[in-house]
Amino acid sequence: MTELKLPSIDYAALSPILIMLGVALLGVLVEAFVPRRHRHLTQLSLALVAVLGALVMVVFNADERLVTIGGAIAVDGPTLFLQGAILVLAAMALLLIGERSVERGGAFVAQAAVTAESDDDRRQAEGSNGATEVYPLTTFAVGGMLIFVAANDLLTMFIALEVFSLPLYLLCALARRRRLLSQEAAMKYFLLGAYASAFFLFGVALVYGFTAGMPDRAAGVDFATVHAAVKDSPASPVLLFAGMALLAIGLLFKAAAAPFHVWTPDVYQGAPTPVTAFMAACTKVAAFGALLRVFHVAFADAAWDFTPILGVVAVLTMLVGAVLAVTQTDIKRLLAYSSIANAGYLLVGVLAPTGAGVAGTMFYLAAYGFSVLAAFAVVTLVRDADGEATHLSRWAGLGRRSPFYAGVFTFILLAFAGIPLTSGFMGKFAVFGPALESGQAWLVVAGVLTSMVLAFPYLRVVVMMWLSEPGDSTPTVTVPGGLTATALMIGVAATLVLGVLPAPLLDLATDAATFVR
Amino acid sequence: MSDFPFLSVLTVAPLVGALVVVLLPRRRPELAKQVALGWSLLVLALSVVMWVSFQVDGDRLQFRESYPWIPTWGVNFTFAADGIALVMLMLIAVLVPLVILASWHDAESSKRSVPVYFALLLVLECTMIGVFAAADVFLFYVFFEVMLVPMYFLIGSYGGHQRQYAAVKFFLYSLVGGLFMLAAVVGLWVVGGKTLDWQTLTQVDISTGTERWLFLGFFLAFAIKAPFFPFHTWLPDAGGAAPAGAAALLVGVLDKVGTFGILRYCLPLFPEASKWFAPWALALGLIGIIYAALLAVGQSDLKRLVSYTSIAHFGFIGVGIFAFTTQAGTGAVLYMLNHGLATGLLFLVVGMLIARRGSALIKDFGGAGKLMPLLAGVLFFAGLASLALPGTAPFVSEFLVLIGTFTVNKPVAVIATLGIILAAAYVLWMVQRTTQGTLNPELTGIEAMRRDLSLREKVVVAPLIALVLLLGFYPKPVTDVINPAVQATMQDVGKTDPAPEVGSVQEASR
Repeated sequence: MTELKLPSIDYAALSPILIMLGVALLGVLVEAFVPRRHRHLTQLSLALVAVLGALVMVVFNADERLVTIGGAIAVDGPTLFLQGAILVLAAMALLLIGERSVERGGAFVAQAAVTAESDDDRRQAEGSNGATEVYPLTTFAVGGMLIFVAANDLLTMFIALEVFSLPLYLLCALARRRRLLSQEAAMKYFLLGAYASAFFLFGVALVYGFTAGMPDRAAGVDFATVHAAVKDSPASPVLLFAGMALLAIGLLFKAAAAPFHVWTPDVYQGAPTPVTAFMAACTKVAAFGALLRVFHVAFADAAWDFTPILGVVAVLTMLVGAVLAVTQTDIKRLLAYSSIANAGYLLVGVLAPTGAGVAGTMFYLAAYGFSVLAAFAVVTLVRDADGEATHLSRWAGLGRRSPFYAGVFTFILLAFAGIPLTSGFMGKFAVFGPALESGQAWLVVAGVLTSMVLAFPYLRVVVMMWLSEPGDSTPTVTVPGGLTATALMIGVAATLVLGVLPAPLLDLATDAATFVR
Repeated sequence: MSDFPFLSVLTVAPLVGALVVVLLPRRRPELAKQVALGWSLLVLALSVVMWVSFQVDGDRLQFRESYPWIPTWGVNFTFAADGIALVMLMLIAVLVPLVILASWHDAESSKRSVPVYFALLLVLECTMIGVFAAADVFLFYVFFEVMLVPMYFLIGSYGGHQRQYAAVKFFLYSLVGGLFMLAAVVGLWVVGGKTLDWQTLTQVDISTGTERWLFLGFFLAFAIKAPFFPFHTWLPDAGGAAPAGAAALLVGVLDKVGTFGILRYCLPLFPEASKWFAPWALALGLIGIIYAALLAVGQSDLKRLVSYTSIAHFGFIGVGIFAFTTQAGTGAVLYMLNHGLATGLLFLVVGMLIARRGSALIKDFGGAGKLMPLLAGVLFFAGLASLALPGTAPFVSEFLVLIGTFTVNKPVAVIATLGIILAAAYVLWMVQRTTQGTLNPELTGIEAMRRDLSLREKVVVAPLIALVLLLGFYPKPVTDVINPAVQATMQDVGKTDPAPEVGSVQEASR
């Protein structure tokens, strides 16, 4: 009879995850026991404290390189860098979520169960305070993302995927206005997300089958076993390829890569804008963190097999994002397609099988997250009596009405277009350089060509804002409350600083670019 | 004095000036203009000091400064100038104050903020200086791209008819070129061993295939920027829509970045590929000379006409560069300077005409010289300078390009000479239809058309006329600075001249 051995648990290394999940549970209790009028402030401060506390622990753990809790979680450079990035971006997103002065009652519906478009619904849209469940949901999602980028086996990764996906589906449905659109977005995201999860799980099963039968190792889905199996498993490689493909589908769905991107524009448009910002920044980091780990750790030795396929996906993603962005007339959909194209550029970085590739991808993720949060922060501010004015024609002449915010948005768009002295340019260089170095010139050429296409829609917005005359329907920019202003300023400042002096973050990413197995 | 960090100070100074101008109270536009003018004169003064302390027989690259920027990628803030860059920096420093003075009332006619217009001009000056002063390919690329932003807003916000279309076209064309170059820069970074320092890269050996691709990436960007045929279609739109001052800077300086880039980056970094592609480049240059001149003859809009003449002149510069002789090369660089002066003058004078008439169409003028003899005279002079009449500066450069090309490639030189005849056609015909002949009766009714050059306008044109004449008769101070740099560039390409060249340069200039 074998002795049952308890796995050793390094609580300090796990503390960021534990803090987030613990506070999320606490938030549920707050919903139950704290009076309604205090909830907003309590929940917001609780969530922010949790995020900052977790961030402190990440910094405190900065030099940890270990695998703990029975090989389920790896705390290494990429984990810590990406966790840090998720937490910083989540803090900014929480500021946007917590904003209540831009719209009376905040961007969220008071009672999601009220039938959309009914009289009750119209009454609550007029300014009753939004639901505070969004804070525990967000905290849960962040906790799940922290696990997702640290997961060291495929099952943990799957559970983390569900832990952060389910709250996101709910959050998407909670918009105060345009409820039907919001609910439709949530439904689509949920159904497609469920399929993607199923694909992922099926992939896990196939990979497990592939690892079976090695002479000196038991079957398993931890990355070390998978890595060993790729080298010398007697099982048919068909299992490996099919498993890898299914896993990739699940992950690429979250990353919004073509052809698994179709949910993105609808969900980005329908979800409450702060949630869209949260998804565009944090989900992207989490998804690419997982992609990096799966393909650089577990399947590193199968690079010859997956690189051409993923390369095609990357090119397709860039192409779809760039070309379809040209035709968009809604600013949130435009940013969604831009986010798809950016997923393509990130994949270029993922496909560079070097430390520099990992570092470049991580730098890009952080840089893009700041910019995209700032972009959506501006979107929340441009509004009229019916809520946000997202149709592009409404932005005509915005530069005349509110030169400051139009200027800020222009700067962000220039960053997306990759103009130097913005973080966008440095990010592009950071992923293209390693890709070219590892012989993926075709990906770099595709990236450059699609950047040319993508510049056009960005420029069209700039033209709208500055060179068109304001019309009667041009909304004014609402003066942001302190929370949105803070998030916006952090995002813009980061975009500028990372564009002018990227060296510190780049060094950090480079030092953190080694995985443990 | 040569230890003074001229280049970084020159780059940063206009940016600081722009910040100061923007922060000035909006209600006092006059103050903003004066500050902007004063600031640009300060830059001019500093540039003159730099010119004086440049050692003609010293190192190829002088005033070198280097500060670490992104150590992970081996990228530094490296500034350095050779003779070619020095001449271009001087041209910027001279033109910007004159443009500011010439645009004194331009921004008022649009509904936009006046201080911002002048701040944008200063930002543009900063990026233009940076692009010529950079000696790190990464830094060069940064300035090359950022340069688009102020120019985009100058055209788009303050331009005339069709400004939106022109601004977007300008931006997209340049960005497309820039992105091709970005791919090449990344490639160069990889093959160069993760450095983008210009001097180090000149020593790197690149395999033939890679070299040709990299050359193409850079050359496309520069050919769009310059612009060479067939990438030129954005320039007439941008030049036609931009306010006159910005247009003068656009064709006078900004476009020179293209030809400068070819000389500084394409030739020394990819010598073999340069030779391989030279016949194609020469062909593009020749087509540009003839085709753009023919189009210029047919233009009905003054600013578009001047833009087309510039494309023809860029053809000459291109031919001069890719003839690979020191004479032709010196001629090309001298042409870059002289074209900046002569066409800058032409654009500013045309801008004065258009501001008075309120229209840029040639048919709206006619006999204007009877009302404003002085302005008409200056226009005539500027026209003669741009058709390269002996005695004006462009003649020297055009002549050098032609004889330098003739020694190695007679057919090219002969075809290029046709361009001179066409130049006479478009300039003289334009002058005839605007200022000569019978007076257009509509003009007498316009009060502004009776006002001849004001004192401010005289101050604008006088230095340019003086420089065009001076360099027409005595170009030696400039050729002395250019010559060593061009010789070094030709050595990089591995081409030697068929005949002794220094003597003939000086003979030609006399």
